[in-house]
Amino acid sequence: MGASSSTDPDPDPRPGPWRRLRRAASPRATRGQVLAGVLCAALGFGVVVQVRQTDTSDLADLRESDLVRILDDTTERGERLAGELQDLQATRRELTEGSDRSAAAEEAAAARAREYGVLAGTLPAHGPGVVATVTDPGTALRATNLIQLVQELRDSGAEGIQIGQTRVVAQTAFADGTGGVLVDGRLERSPYVVTVIGDPATLATALDIPGGVRETLRSAGADLDVQRRPGPDGVSVTALHAVSAPQYARPASPQQ
Amino acid sequence: MIAAVGLVVGVLAGVLLQPEVPLALQPYLPIAVVAALDAVFGGLRAVLDGIFDDKVFVVSFLSNAVVAALIVYLGDQLGVGSQLSTGVVVVLGVRIFSNAAAIRRHLFNA
Repeated sequence: MGASSSTDPDPDPRPGPWRRLRRAASPRATRGQVLAGVLCAALGFGVVVQVRQTDTSDLADLRESDLVRILDDTTERGERLAGELQDLQATRRELTEGSDRSAAAEEAAAARAREYGVLAGTLPAHGPGVVATVTDPGTALRATNLIQLVQELRDSGAEGIQIGQTRVVAQTAFADGTGGVLVDGRLERSPYVVTVIGDPATLATALDIPGGVRETLRSAGADLDVQRRPGPDGVSVTALHAVSAPQYARPASPQQ
Repeated sequence: MIAAVGLVVGVLAGVLLQPEVPLALQPYLPIAVVAALDAVFGGLRAVLDGIFDDKVFVVSFLSNAVVAALIVYLGDQLGVGSQLSTGVVVVLGVRIFSNAAAIRRHLFNA
């Protein structure tokens, strides 16, 4: 290096390689320069094209083995998701059926509660029936007469009975009062309007049995008038019986 | 200088033309590019060594690219394409590093 730099007309402080580089970089239209330029252009072109290709490429330029692996992965994932879907559908079906069942049970329980409410006198009811009016001008009627009347109505299939403003249920008490009859502690006076839901013909017939209610009432000086009210809205029993929770009795399960 | 201008021209042409790589060439272009990169570094080193020969450069450039692509193609046919292309890239990378080291020693004496 030292010998060549001493003969250089333009002394260059930089070492040989830099000079060589500068000489190579100086634009000269030699064949080597042009070829190197062309090849470098091809390299730059290839790099850019490949980078763009890598950016935009998806599955198209993958190898067969990679594609098979990806396909396997996808298939496996699809199967796993399908299994999951099946599980979830089964769960959903169970839940739907369960809610359907509980809804049906709830409906049945509500219907039963309504029936029991009618029987226990806690719900108003309407239907075909009769309205029996007992007029007692001499206030000679005793509690036993009304009890006999109610008993006869029950025997003939009455499903709801109301005397005056009092619902008659199993626990209803009748007692003699001054000027009338105490029904569940409420004084009822003549005329006693007894509203009964049941088969009108059977009820009316039952009250007309010879030696039955009508004759007993007549002999006591009272008069019985029975009006038949057929049809679904014939009579309505609107008075309610207040039910108190049983103090001593507890429900037992049917198996025991 | 002309080489640098050519590189810029090639990059610009690639950006502007936005060519689509043919499907058959897609696995081989990246390997060919790395091989050409190796040839360019080798040429630069030869320039600094003072033994640069344009014929050698052209031949090595083209043969590097073609041989690299051929190896990958052969690997594809044998069913070891991905492994072989990894191997080619490793070898070319090692060569690029050694050439770059030689260039560095020439330019910076370090």
